[in-house]
Parts: sequence; structure tokens; C-alpha cells
Amino acid sequence: MTGLQDRLTPEQVEEFGRELDEIRQRVVADLGKEDVEYINKIIKTQRGLEIAGRSLMYLGFFPPAWLAAVGALSASKILDNMEIGHNVMHGQYDWTRIPELNSKTFEWDTAAPGDNWRHSHNYLHHTHTNIVDKDRDVGYGILRMDADQPWHPYYLGNPVYATLLAIFFQWGVWFHDLEVDRLISGELKWSETQEVRKKMRAKAGKQIGKDYVLFPLLTGPLAPLTLAGNATANLIRNLWSFSIIFCGHFPADVETFTEEETENETRGQWYLRQILGSANISGGKLFHIMSGNLSHQIEHHLFPDIPARRYPEIAHEVRAICEKYDLPYHTGPLSRQLASVAVKICSLALPPVGYLKSLVGRHKSGDAVPESTTVDTQGQRVAA
Amino acid sequence: MTTTVPATKRKQRTLSLRDRAVRFAEMITTPLLPADYLDIISPLRSGADLRGRIEAIHPETRDAVTVVIRPGRGWRGHTPGQYIRIGVDVDGVRQWRAYSMTSPGDRPDGCITITVKAIPDGTVSNFLVRRARAGTVIQLDQATGDFVLGEQPPAKVLFVTAGSGITPAMGMLREVVQAAGAVPDIVMVHSAPTPQDVIFAGELRMLARQGQLRLIERYTDAEGLLDIATIGDVVEDWAEREVWACGPTGLLDAAEAHWTEAGIADRLHTERFRPTVLVTGEGGSVTFSKTETTTEADGSTPLLDAGEAAGVLMPSGCRMGICFGCVAPLREGAVRDLRTGDVTTAVPGDGVLVQTCISAAAGTCDIEL
Repeated sequence: MTGLQDRLTPEQVEEFGRELDEIRQRVVADLGKEDVEYINKIIKTQRGLEIAGRSLMYLGFFPPAWLAAVGALSASKILDNMEIGHNVMHGQYDWTRIPELNSKTFEWDTAAPGDNWRHSHNYLHHTHTNIVDKDRDVGYGILRMDADQPWHPYYLGNPVYATLLAIFFQWGVWFHDLEVDRLISGELKWSETQEVRKKMRAKAGKQIGKDYVLFPLLTGPLAPLTLAGNATANLIRNLWSFSIIFCGHFPADVETFTEEETENETRGQWYLRQILGSANISGGKLFHIMSGNLSHQIEHHLFPDIPARRYPEIAHEVRAICEKYDLPYHTGPLSRQLASVAVKICSLALPPVGYLKSLVGRHKSGDAVPESTTVDTQGQRVAA
Repeated sequence: MTTTVPATKRKQRTLSLRDRAVRFAEMITTPLLPADYLDIISPLRSGADLRGRIEAIHPETRDAVTVVIRPGRGWRGHTPGQYIRIGVDVDGVRQWRAYSMTSPGDRPDGCITITVKAIPDGTVSNFLVRRARAGTVIQLDQATGDFVLGEQPPAKVLFVTAGSGITPAMGMLREVVQAAGAVPDIVMVHSAPTPQDVIFAGELRMLARQGQLRLIERYTDAEGLLDIATIGDVVEDWAEREVWACGPTGLLDAAEAHWTEAGIADRLHTERFRPTVLVTGEGGSVTFSKTETTTEADGSTPLLDAGEAAGVLMPSGCRMGICFGCVAPLREGAVRDLRTGDVTTAVPGDGVLVQTCISAAAGTCDIEL
């Protein structure tokens, strides 16, 4: 595999970065009324779907109505989380100076409090994209998503953990903000997480109270149906957001990086890492909206603060720049990208080819230090 | 507004039925607020953030219009002469400006009016004069200001106005001429470049013809600027009158000097329109208002670094303009985006957020940290 720094000469990286800066500057200069009208329309649609979903639950005894209710509520939650919440909290609309679109105060319809997520996502993930050990989105602290993560028998359960994470994704994101891995390593003290935990508890209580207590009770005798409907809507949103997000960074050909190779990165090199470490999903207009335009993960990672509705219009330019510099531009339909992610999750559950050999070798010679290094089929450096 | 529900005080013992209902509504609309839904249906309802709907826009001169606004239910009324701040979305950006109100206190239709003259490069004034349309919902603040006639208008009044400075005087004039009872003796000395530039010309001249007003128009293109020291030449009893003056700074400074010299400064009331002209340059004095710290920063030092060096506890994250973790309100002043060179300015109330890690001082600025 070509190293991050060897792909382009320093001059090329600089020119490449300048070309991307130009795209950004042009879009920023063009931002205006249409962008605000767009997001307001999405917000109105989401609120309408929310009211429709909650109301239709009163007809939950009639199966088509129950299904419609679940559909509306799922769509509301997906729009809220993806196209509205995620993007507003990135600061994509801060330039409007409209309080309702303020990245600092927006709160979304999911268990993770906006404040905690803003830190773990906007800062940790977006700055350190795909740097193993630094980007906590690589495996979410529970999965082995990269061959550079050392294998451990725990990871035999990789497909099971991934399935559970998909089903309970909002709780995964909720828990993720606690940075359990850093707590275990002692980098972070339990007492230091007091503020974070307080917010987690309060937000979780409100979310559970609304979906699993209040709204079911409000429908009286239909409470079990409403509860099931709300749970289904949360499940659909979880599966959807998990799929979109995992397809953004984990299909097979997407690259990961080490801390060493990303030290003292220039802006151009940072852009380069974003492109190599992200993957798009192809699809129609509605698909892009429902994915919060995260189907344009590459463009999003290059310009996280540009309103996401602009990503499709700049995608061909970004792609052309990639072609010019002979860089990969990862993209594919959802089904193919998902399958690729699934294969990765399963194959990384197994020990790397050299792992057993090295155990055997260690047993025989009592020498655990490999003398030379080779690379196995998963790209992991293993003992020869 | 889309914000988290404010934490309610637990110690409250008795909750009224209304409070309980509100709390319940908040529980079912969480993480939004009930207002987030109600605002879509009825942005002008009582209890909402104050807004207004533009009902009509009437041209006054070639570069001035009167905007008729229906205020929301929360409107508490105004006294003519006062001003309001309005928030208008221009090209997607919410801009706040203050305008004097030109309507009397009690229009039968319940609407209020402001009159706006387009100023060169004025974002909001040009938008209102040339592009705004009836039906648009705008943000409002309650009326404020003490440039008013008072409970009992004095018997003898003099208005000294120039250009759009006529707007607060017009509100007062309309109020007194439509009020029951004795109309005070009013003189108005108004300056404008040409006769066509006189805002409310028709109405003023009609009032003058009806004998309700003595109107002295001065056309500065032909006659030059009014020398306030010679006001006695056109208004003989100027010293006996209670005066309300509004116009450019030069005019008001001269008036203050003249009335002070005559020992009757207490009779002069002035209203200064301060156009938000911020001096921008490289670097400047940065104040972190919450921590009461001021430091000097050059044009290439990010505010984040400047703040940290001054010992302010600055929120931060990626330090490269990506994560928005360092965002803070720019209360007042000018900053430059170090990536693009674009300058962002703010005056109090604008609610401008800036990323301190990629912004440097472009003049004096005040960061709310």
C-alpha cells in the first residue's frame, strides 16, 4: 500500500490543497437565501412527519395506520438526526446568525446529548479521521474495523457486536461519548466524566420517557402498540444511520493511517487523508437527503462546515481533482458498500493468518519477537 | 427557538395548572420546545419571540420606503419618537438594525410603520427599499428610546431634522396632529438635498397648508448646509421652543453647541443615528468581556491563541477551523478569517458566532468569553 505521504510530491500536495480551498471559497461566497429556505423546508417536513407519526399511533389498531405511523416517525427521526441535527451541529448554518440554526445550542432526537457528540464527532473524528488509536469512530471502541488493530480472541464476536451496535446504534453513540477506552487506559479519570455523565443521564431519561412512557400512555388502551411502534421507529433509524455511517469509512478500499504518518500535516495533506479515508454512496436525490448528504462522505470530510446540500454539486469537481492527481475516489451503491463492510467485519473477527503461526513459533522456539515483517492478506504487518 | 429545555428549579413548591401544562408539553416535544412546533403554525402568536409580518411597503421618495408591519401579539406598543430593532434575513443572513418608528401610537389597524432610506452599501436598508416583499415575517424587539414628546407636549415645539432624521419627528408630529385637544405650535426646519428627496413631503406640505405646522424646507444641494447658528433668522422664537433634533452628527454637534451657548441646553433633545461604521485593519485590541480581560493581538494571531496567552480559558478543539469547538460570540467589532481574508463585523445584538482558531482581530473586538 502506498503511504499517505508518498502519494504526491510536496508541491503537488500544495497545489492539490489550493484547488480544494478554491472550491470551498467559491461555495462559501455563494451561500445565501436558498440554503436557509432549504433547511427550513426540511425542518418543516420533519416536524410535520413527527406530528403525523405521533397522531397516526391513535389509529394503531388498524395495521396500515400503524405502519404509516412507524414510517412517518422513522422518517422524522432520520431527518432530524442526519440532514438537520448532524449538519446544523457541524456549524454548517452558523453563518446565517439565526438562533434556531445555531450549532452551539441545537439538540437532536437521539440519546446522545448534542454537547457530548459535538466534541467526540466534530473534533475527535473529523480532525483525526481514520487515524487508528486517535479516531475513536474506528470500531467505536468495541469492533475491530482495521487490520492494524491487534487481534484478540474477544474480536471473534465482531459480527455479533456489529449487529448489536446496528440495532442499538443510538445507545452506541450515547455510550461512545463516555470514552470508555480512555477510562480503561487511565488516560481519563472517572471523576472527570461527571459532567458528561450528567448530560447523558438527563438526555437518556427524556428520550426514554417520551418514546416509551409518555406517548404510549397518551394512546390509552393502544399503549402496547404505540410502544412497539416507537421502538420500531427507533430501530429503523438506528439501522439506517449505522449503515450510512459505516459505509462512510469502512468499505474495503478505504484507508487508515498511523499517528506517525500524520504528524505535522499540512492543510493539503489533511485534505488528502480525508479523501483516502472516506467513501461515498451513490443514489438518488431522496437517498442523499435521507442520508443527510453523508452519502457524500468525501465532500463532507473535506468541507464539514459547508451546508451538506451543496455536496452533490461539488462532487464532480472533487472527483476530477482526484483523477488529476491519480487518487482513488471511493464510491458505490449502498448494497455493495454494505456488503464490503460486512465482509470486513467478519474477516477481521478472525485472527490474521500469521497469528496462529506466530503462536506456534513462539511455543517452539520461545522467541516471541519476529525478526522480519511481512504483510498478510488483510494488510496487517505480521511476523514472518 | 431550538434549544434545550431550561432546567427548572426543583424547589418550586406549587405549580400552577399552566406551569404543569407547559412542563408536560415540553416532555412530549423534547428535545425541541413546544414553540418549535407552534412557531411554524403561528409565528405572531402571544408568547412567541416577538416577530412581525410586513403588510405593505409604500415608496416615499426614490430611495426611501415606509414599511407597514403587523407586530405579533406580544407587542407592547410604543411612544412616537421611539425606535425598534428589527431582524431581517438578507441573503440568508439575519441582520439586526434599528429604525425610528413613523406611525402614531394607535393606528386603527394595529400596525406600526418604519421609514427606511437606502444608504450606500447599506445591506438592510437597500434590501428593505428594493427587495423586501409584503408577507415576509421579520424579527422585532420592543420599542425603546427616550426621544419622545412626553406626557404633555409643550405649547411650542421646534423640530430640526435632516434627511432620514425626519423619521422620529414624523411619528411625533402625526401623534399630536391627530390627538384631540389643542395642537401645539409646531415649527419644523428640515434639510434635504433636493425637493424630491424630502420624505413625507406631501403630508408635511398639506399639514403646513392646513396651518397645523410651519414648515421650513432647506435644499442643501442648492442652498448649502444649514448653519444652525443662524436658526434665529428663520425661527425667530427658537429660544422659547422645546427642540427635538435628529440628523447627521455634524448637525447635532452644532445644535448642542448653539443651545449650550444660549444657556438652554435642557430644551434640546437629540437622537443620534450611529451608522455601524467599524474601523477595520490589521490586529487590534481584543476584549474577552466575561473574564474582563483585554489584550493586544496582531493581524495574524488567531483569537484563540491571543486569548490563551492572556490567560482566558478558551474552548478549543481541532485548531484548524474544522470542528467548531472554539466558536464564541463576537459581541462587537471586526475579525478576519485567516483562511479567506473575509472580514466579519458585529454590533451588540447581532448574535454573530466566530471560530476563534481561524479568526484574527481586524480592529477592536469584544468576544463574549
